[in-house]
Amino acid sequence: MNIQSTHQSPVLGAGSRAAGIRVENVNLSYGTTHVLKDVNLTIRPGEFFAFLGPSGCGKTTLLRLIAGFNVAQTGQVLIGDTDVSTLPPWKRDVGMVFQSYALWPHMSVRRNVAFGLEERKVPKAEIEARVDAALELVGLKHLADRKPSQLSGGQQQRVALARTVVIRPRVLLLDEPLSNLDAKLRVQMRRELLELQRELQLTTIFVTHDQEEANTICDRIAVMSDGVIQQVGAPMELYDRPANLFVANFLGTVNIVEGEVHGSGASRAFVIAGGGGTVPIPAGRDVPSGARLVFRPQNAVIAEPGSHAAPGRTRLDGRIVYREFLGGTIRYGVTLGTTEVTIDMAHQAGEPVLETGSAAAIDLSADKALYLAH
Amino acid sequence: MALFQIAMSSSSARVRPGQIVAVALIAAFLVFFLLVPVATVIVTAFRDKATGAFTLVNFLDFARTDLFVRSFWNSVYVSSMSVVVASVFALPLAYYTTRFEFRGAAIVQTLGIIPLIMPPFAGAVAMQLLFGRNGSVNLLLDQYFGFKIPFMEGLNGVIFVQSIHYFPFILINLSAALRNIDRSMEESAQNLGSSGLRLFRRIVFPLAMPGYIAGASLVFIKVFDDLATPLLLNVNQMLAPQAYLRITSVGINDPMGYVISVVLIVASLAAMWLSVLAMRGKDYATTQRGGGGLAKREMRTGDAIPAYTMIAVILALVLAPHVGLFLMSVATIWSFSPLPDGFTLKHYATVIFDSGQYIWNTVLYASLAAGIDIVIGVAIAYLVLRTKVIGAKWLDYTAMAALAVPGVVLGIGFLRSYYGVILPGGQSLATYWVMIVIALAVRRLPYALRACMAALQQVSQSLEEAAENLGAGKRRTIQRVVVPLMTGGIVAGFVTSFATAAVELSATIMLVQSTADAPLAYGLYVYMQSPAGRGAGAALGMIAVLIVGICTYLSHHIAEKDRARKAGTA
Repeated sequence: MNIQSTHQSPVLGAGSRAAGIRVENVNLSYGTTHVLKDVNLTIRPGEFFAFLGPSGCGKTTLLRLIAGFNVAQTGQVLIGDTDVSTLPPWKRDVGMVFQSYALWPHMSVRRNVAFGLEERKVPKAEIEARVDAALELVGLKHLADRKPSQLSGGQQQRVALARTVVIRPRVLLLDEPLSNLDAKLRVQMRRELLELQRELQLTTIFVTHDQEEANTICDRIAVMSDGVIQQVGAPMELYDRPANLFVANFLGTVNIVEGEVHGSGASRAFVIAGGGGTVPIPAGRDVPSGARLVFRPQNAVIAEPGSHAAPGRTRLDGRIVYREFLGGTIRYGVTLGTTEVTIDMAHQAGEPVLETGSAAAIDLSADKALYLAH
Repeated sequence: MALFQIAMSSSSARVRPGQIVAVALIAAFLVFFLLVPVATVIVTAFRDKATGAFTLVNFLDFARTDLFVRSFWNSVYVSSMSVVVASVFALPLAYYTTRFEFRGAAIVQTLGIIPLIMPPFAGAVAMQLLFGRNGSVNLLLDQYFGFKIPFMEGLNGVIFVQSIHYFPFILINLSAALRNIDRSMEESAQNLGSSGLRLFRRIVFPLAMPGYIAGASLVFIKVFDDLATPLLLNVNQMLAPQAYLRITSVGINDPMGYVISVVLIVASLAAMWLSVLAMRGKDYATTQRGGGGLAKREMRTGDAIPAYTMIAVILALVLAPHVGLFLMSVATIWSFSPLPDGFTLKHYATVIFDSGQYIWNTVLYASLAAGIDIVIGVAIAYLVLRTKVIGAKWLDYTAMAALAVPGVVLGIGFLRSYYGVILPGGQSLATYWVMIVIALAVRRLPYALRACMAALQQVSQSLEEAAENLGAGKRRTIQRVVVPLMTGGIVAGFVTSFATAAVELSATIMLVQSTADAPLAYGLYVYMQSPAGRGAGAALGMIAVLIVGICTYLSHHIAEKDRARKAGTA
C-alpha cells in the first residue's frame, strides 16, 4: 500500500503553490502561562520541517497558530509573502492533519475528502476527479464508500491525508500524525509521508516528540523547549553540534561532565571534577565560562589498561560499574573519579566483554568533545 | 486486545453456586412482577371475554369504536406535538449554552432540568390557573389587548404541560451530544474552508443528531404513556386515560383495557425501534482524550440581546408550573384574577397534620423500591460484567424491557394477575401495599440498572485481580473492593430511583386501595379533584417538589464528589 505515483498529476496540483512560512516575534500566553516566547522562524518553500520537543514545549501551539486556531499576543505569521495573522482558519489555505485524524463519522470516506472542495465551490465533475486522484494517491480508492469507523487506524490516517492534500494547500501541517499507530505501521507511514511530500513538493511541518521520526524524514528540525526554539538545523547537525545542553540531551544519549578549565593557550585543559582526569582542549576552540564537557557514548572507546592511547585520543582511567547489552552495542557505565559516564562499544559475536568492577582505560576523542555552558 | 479478553474471561469462567442462586432469585422476581403481569395483559387482550378462547375480536372492537380510534390519534397527535414544542424550548437553550461563552450557562442548564423535579400532573392544575381560559395570562391579555390564547384548551393543555415537563430530556441529550463533539471535528472543517452556519449545518448538527433523536423519542414515549396529566386536565380521549377508565369503571374483566394496553406497548416499542433505526451506525463518540468539546466563542452584543430575551421567555415558561403551584399552595382564593386574593400557610398545616400518611408512605415506598432496585441492579451488573453465568445477559435484557411497559399497563397487569390471590388477612395481594413498592421498583429498575452498570464499568478489573492475588476470595473482593468503588454510582442511582418513584402515579393509581396506603402522588391526585382541595393539593405538590429537588441535588453532588475522588486516585 505504497503511495501511488501520479507523475505530477495535474488534478492534485504541484509544488508551484508551495510557499515558505515566516514566524516573526511571536509571543503567546494563556492567562499567566507564557507558551511561546519570542519565536522567530523561517521555513523554506517545499521544505519538510519538524517541530520537535517534549510535551508542553509549545510545538502544537505554534502549529495551531500557523493554522489560525491560536492567536498570538504579538508578532505575525507570513505564508508566502502574505501576513495571515488576522485571517480566520478557513481563509488560510493551510492543510492540517489532526492528531486524532478528525474524520467526520457521519460522512463516507469520499464525502470527507470532497468536503474542502465543496466548501471552495469547485465544479462537481472536478471534485469527483480530484477526490478520486487523492484517494488513489493514498491507495484507498476501493474504500471510498466506507464510513471512517470501518477503517483501520492506518487507513484513517491516509484518508485524513487525502482530505487535506486534495485542496492543494499552500502548506501542510501534521500534528503528531503517527502517534496513534503501532510501531511497525509508524515506520511504514513515515516513509509514505515523505514520498507524498516529495511528490507534491508541499511545504510541510511535522510536529512530534519522537526524535527518530524527525531525524528520518525531515530536512530541518526546530528543537523546542519551554516555549523557546532552542536550535534549528538539519538532523545530523543538531546531533553533532547541539547549541546547548537541552538539545544535546534531547537528541540521543550524551555524557555531560562537570569540571573546570585550567591553563591557557596550547596548554588549556578541562579538569574533570572529582579527580576524573584531564582532557586537553584543542587550540582555537571557544569554551564559554562555566562550560561542561559534552560527548556522545560513541565518542570514546574502552582500551586495554596499560596500552598506549590511540593517536588524537585522550586516555582517562576508570572502573566499570555496569554493563548493558543493547544488541548492536554494549553500553558500559564507567566511573572517572566520582563522575559516571556511559561508553558504547560495537558488539561482534565472540568478542570478549569487560566485567563489572574491572579497571577500564577510556580513550576519548578530544576533538569530538563539546563545551557547553547551558 | 481480543486475545487478552479471551484470556481474562477464561480465568473467571468458573461459575459459582452463589452466582446461580442470585440469577435464580432475580429471574423469579422479574418473572413474577414483570413478565407474568405483562403476559397476562397481552393474553387477556386476545381472549374471548366469555369463553376464554383465542380471538381477535377485541381488537376489531377497538378499531370499530370511534372513541378508541379518536383516542389513539389524539395520543399520537399530542405526543408528536409535545416533541415539536419541547424541541422549540430545548434547541436554543442547548445551542447557546454549549456554543458560546455564555454568562449564566450554568444557571440555564440547572433551571433547564427543574421541570423534571416535579410530578408533571402537579403543575397541570397550576398551569390552568396561569394559562387557562380565565388564567392570569389570558386575563391580562384580554384586559390590555382584547384577545385570549387557548394555551390550555383540550389537547393543547396536555401538549403545553407535557412539553414543558419533558423538554429537559431533549435539552440534556442534545447538550451532551453537542459537548461530546471533539473540537478537532470543527477545526478540521474550518481548516478546509468551512465556517459559520454552513459548518454548523454540515458538521455540528449531524453529529448532534443522535443525541437529539434519543431525547425526542424518550419524550414521545413518556407523553404517549402518561396517564396522570391528561386525567388531571380532564382530557379523557387519549389512550392511557381510556385504559384506566375502562378498568376502573367497567371492571377488571373488560377486555378493552387490555387491548389498549397492548396498543400502548406496541407504540412504545415502535417508537424505540424507530429511534434505534434512525441511530444505527451513528455512534459518534468523537471526543478524544483531552478534547473537551467544541470551542466556545464570544457572543456579539447584537446576537446577545435576542438570545438572552429568548432564553428568558423560555425559562419563564418552564418555571411557570412551579411558580403557579407555589402561589396556589399559599393562596386563600385564586380564581378569575391574575394573582391570588390573599395568602395563607393553612394548606401546609392541613397537609402535614391531616394527610401526613401520604408523605410517610411516599418516603417508605420510594426508599424500599430504590433499595430493591439497587440490590438487583448491582447483582445483575456484576453477573453480566464479571461472570460467565448463563442467563445473566437475559436478566439484563428483561430488566431493561420494563422501559417499554407503560405504568398503567404494569398496574393493570398486577391487578389482573394477583387480584385473585388472597392474603391470610383476607386482602387481595394486588392491593397489598407491598405491591405498590414492587411496581415502583420494576418501573425504576432500568434506570438503576444502567447506573450500576456504569459504576461497575468504571472499576478496572485489575483492581479486583489485585485483591484476589493478595488472597481475597470472590465475596471478600466484592465486599472490600468492588462495592466501595461503586458506592458513588450506586448512591446516585438510589437517589434518582427514589426521587422518580416518589412522584410516580401511573402504576400506583391502579393499585391503591385505601388512602391510608396511598403515596403522595395519589394524595395529590385526590386533592386536585375538588376545587376546595386544590390549595392543600398544591402544598402537597410543593412538598413533592422539595423532596425530589433535594434528592436530585444530593445525587448530583454525590456523583460529582465521587468523580473527583476517582480522578484523584487515577
